[in-house]
Amino acid sequence: MEYIGEHLLPGKIGQLLIFTSFVASLFASVAYFISSRSVNLKDELSWKRLARIAFVVDVISIISIFILLYFLIANHRYEYLYVYKNSGNDLEPKYIFSSLWSASEGSFILWAIGHALLGMILMFTSKKWEASVMMVLSLAQASISTMLLGIYVNGVKIGSNPFILFREQMPDLPIFTYADYVSKIKDGNGLNQLLQNYWMVIHPPVLFLGFAAMIIPFAFAIGGLLTKKYGEWTKPALPWALFSAAVLGIGVMMGAAWAYESLNFGGFWAWDPVENASLVPWLVLIAGIHTLLIYKNTGQSLKSTFLLILLSFILIVYSTFLTRSGILGETSVHSFADLGMNAQLYLFLYLFFWGPYFSVVKGNKNLLIALAMAIGFLMLINFVHPIFAILSPIVAFILLMQHLNKVIPSKKDEENVSSREFWMFIGSIVLFFSALIIIGQTSLPVINKIFDTKHAPAEDVEFSYNRIQVFITIIIALLTAIGQYLKYQRTSTKYFFKKIIIPSVFSVVASILILVFGDINYTKYGIEFLTAIWAAVALSAFTVIANFSYIWAGVKGNLKLSGASVAHFGFGLMLLGILISSSKKEILSYNTSGIPVNFGKGSKENTGENMTLVKGMRMDMGKYWVTYSEDSIHPKKSQWYYKLKFESKVGNEHFTLIPNAFVNYKGNQGLMANPDAKHYWDYDVFAYITSMADPEKNKDKATFENKPMKVGDSIFYTKGYIVLNGIKSNENLPEEIFGENGKLLEADLKIYSQTNSIYTSIPRLAFAKGEVLSVPDTVMAEGLVLQLNKVDGENVEIGIKESDAVLEYLTLKTYKFPFINLLWLGTILMALGFIISMARRIHLNKITKNA
Amino acid sequence: MKKVNIVFLLLITAAIAVLISLLPYGESSTMSTYETVGTAFEKAGKFVHLVAQLDKSKPIEYDAIKNPNYLSFTAIDSLGGTVKVIYRNAKPDNFEHSERLVMKGKIVGNEFDCKEILMKCPSKYTDNKSKIEQSVTNNTK
Repeated sequence: MEYIGEHLLPGKIGQLLIFTSFVASLFASVAYFISSRSVNLKDELSWKRLARIAFVVDVISIISIFILLYFLIANHRYEYLYVYKNSGNDLEPKYIFSSLWSASEGSFILWAIGHALLGMILMFTSKKWEASVMMVLSLAQASISTMLLGIYVNGVKIGSNPFILFREQMPDLPIFTYADYVSKIKDGNGLNQLLQNYWMVIHPPVLFLGFAAMIIPFAFAIGGLLTKKYGEWTKPALPWALFSAAVLGIGVMMGAAWAYESLNFGGFWAWDPVENASLVPWLVLIAGIHTLLIYKNTGQSLKSTFLLILLSFILIVYSTFLTRSGILGETSVHSFADLGMNAQLYLFLYLFFWGPYFSVVKGNKNLLIALAMAIGFLMLINFVHPIFAILSPIVAFILLMQHLNKVIPSKKDEENVSSREFWMFIGSIVLFFSALIIIGQTSLPVINKIFDTKHAPAEDVEFSYNRIQVFITIIIALLTAIGQYLKYQRTSTKYFFKKIIIPSVFSVVASILILVFGDINYTKYGIEFLTAIWAAVALSAFTVIANFSYIWAGVKGNLKLSGASVAHFGFGLMLLGILISSSKKEILSYNTSGIPVNFGKGSKENTGENMTLVKGMRMDMGKYWVTYSEDSIHPKKSQWYYKLKFESKVGNEHFTLIPNAFVNYKGNQGLMANPDAKHYWDYDVFAYITSMADPEKNKDKATFENKPMKVGDSIFYTKGYIVLNGIKSNENLPEEIFGENGKLLEADLKIYSQTNSIYTSIPRLAFAKGEVLSVPDTVMAEGLVLQLNKVDGENVEIGIKESDAVLEYLTLKTYKFPFINLLWLGTILMALGFIISMARRIHLNKITKNA
Repeated sequence: MKKVNIVFLLLITAAIAVLISLLPYGESSTMSTYETVGTAFEKAGKFVHLVAQLDKSKPIEYDAIKNPNYLSFTAIDSLGGTVKVIYRNAKPDNFEHSERLVMKGKIVGNEFDCKEILMKCPSKYTDNKSKIEQSVTNNTK
């Protein structure tokens, strides 16, 4: 059939570009490899030139892919499945970007762009390391391009192509029997409401730039292995490692900010597998940076450095496998949809499991043996037992370490217990342990899959992590505080105490003040856990103060030299922010169960965290009076905004929160709520809607019941009784509205509810221009609509309607997070510290080169 | 690694292990299991993950006005076992349309006292073909 109105050209170009990107990056990798192996300079240079051209072709392709996809989404080309599935007409311009990287394919493109940009920088700056580093980077780039290929080889799907046409993917949908189907599809499926948040515009690019940067220290390590310059690679790798730590760290914390502001986790961190998977490589990288510094200053811990730096990137690939293979299933709330590419994702991982070992194997025979082992293990995984999926990387790493043991001589002398490197090493190992424990706990679904077991996560997932990590925090905070006051090689006791005494005294005072007046009373898990929190808080305060004073005590206020102190200072603030805001998190809507009516069943145990607000009614919420005053709707989407007025019971504080919710968005039944927060410097108040009146039920089915009454009579309704106090008749009414002889009757009703509340209601009956018009009145809180039907002398008829539909209400949760800003401020300072250190290291590298 | 390092590491690891084991955390932070209604009753009082679905033929009791923190419904598992579930929290969005429920909690008496509900909803954001088809029908009206 000839289809009308399709825009096929951009898709064709896009598919071609994806293929070009794959071929070009693979070629670049091979050409760089040949260049690195060339014996004569001429070959080396000509291969390098070819490799560069190929890489630039890849860069151009990948950026063009991005631009093409952007325009397809921006112009609502719903003939493309990716555009249809992930966007809609209602998106604001900034969310076109969010749509672009909302699904797996788009985020791979983002990652590839990160590689492309950083690769261009490396091409010009890495000098003699260019060939080996760019070989690794291009190989990773080629691997990512395969994820976008979307071709079938022997019925096996390789990659998922964002440029595939809707009708190609699902040809038997009835809509495609029309030649002009394009004009019939008027709107897209819409962007997942969770992602319609400004953090989703900036968090993914930063995170994936961090992912892309993580390969660079890894690539330098591989370069070191390939060129047998086992120590030299650390010099150019260090600034890049610091850069990766800054960018990935910020990326992860932006994700935390998104969770805090949109995802209703009830906090910034929930130990969700997706969060853990990107935190763990960062922790390992931080450990690696510290052993790298030990190596630079003392010549020790080179093997640990290799191990940590190599693992940090492998864990990035592992996190990709976890979040995109669908293996996490129910344990995660925000992993990507399963695209049926598990085997391909595992192979990507497998390549980087074995890659480091392959780069040290010498000789054709050994190479064949290594290849046989790698492929043999794959067969074993596939045909014998998935347990080999664990054994295979272990074997690869044992072989690698064996080789390193041979080529890197161990230093014979023991390091002094008073030396900086000794405690830095301990710290690195503790960080590494922390990472191992987290990834081990996170990998439960993988373990279930391998051993065919069905273990479920713990009852209290967050606590199962916190109970271990709080002790890690204690050790790390202590080490971070004292680390810089120690000198490499050995520290004299006198020097150490002289320098550390002042910050220590300040810290003791500060900790006592925080613990005495801070009211940190998190007794949910007993006094033992609380004690651990107290210790962690005190030592984090020590970290903050000791590192702040080191800027003067250690480097005399020279900011250029104080990168480490600034980073550690920021890190300490983060720890403090995490500990205080989490342990002092308050549920404001707690135990004040909304409307003062008699609860039905279950009211005794009613200690819930939710509270119901009725429109227009001032409610008691702990320290605040809260009124749900009005609501409004987004002009283009079915997104509702609810205005909640908060007034403090003491003092003058008052503010308005406007949480919003998508209601039945794009045919998705139900609501998806976005919280709103009021930010103060020392705390946030944070509200989100947990439940609302069912919109279906809101269709008013109740009818009026008409009751004859006389003045002074009372009648019952389900929640109380109503008294008719009197009828007032207004005459002398404006003629232009009421005409001649207009009349307005008002019934004065008092409503006495069972809860001793009294309401007044005045339904009216108007006689205007010959017509009779009844103006009913409502009592929201009681769900009552009252109407004055007839007044005939003494006999009055009142219509009563009882209906939940008149009740506009919402149920919400409100939290208070104290000192959350310490966490954000700490994050920024930590990243700043990394950048200062990076600038310093680049500067030092230049000096040593020129010397 | 030097001998001194190893000694210190062992000490630190041991210290953490001892501290953690000293804390009277009980079972709340160790692994749990997935159960059906029948096996959950066998493990009455023990914290489990109950895998079942909402029994749509039975009433759902929830009144946000009266008590926003009380939801009661009947769950039915794939073997046909049913149990009344009490969930002291707000009713999750889209609860009536859930396809599968993973409920964390324990059997108390004849009821399942539920602490947390994970829902599997018929999401549009999957490659599920029938959902896409449904969505196309909506968007071509």
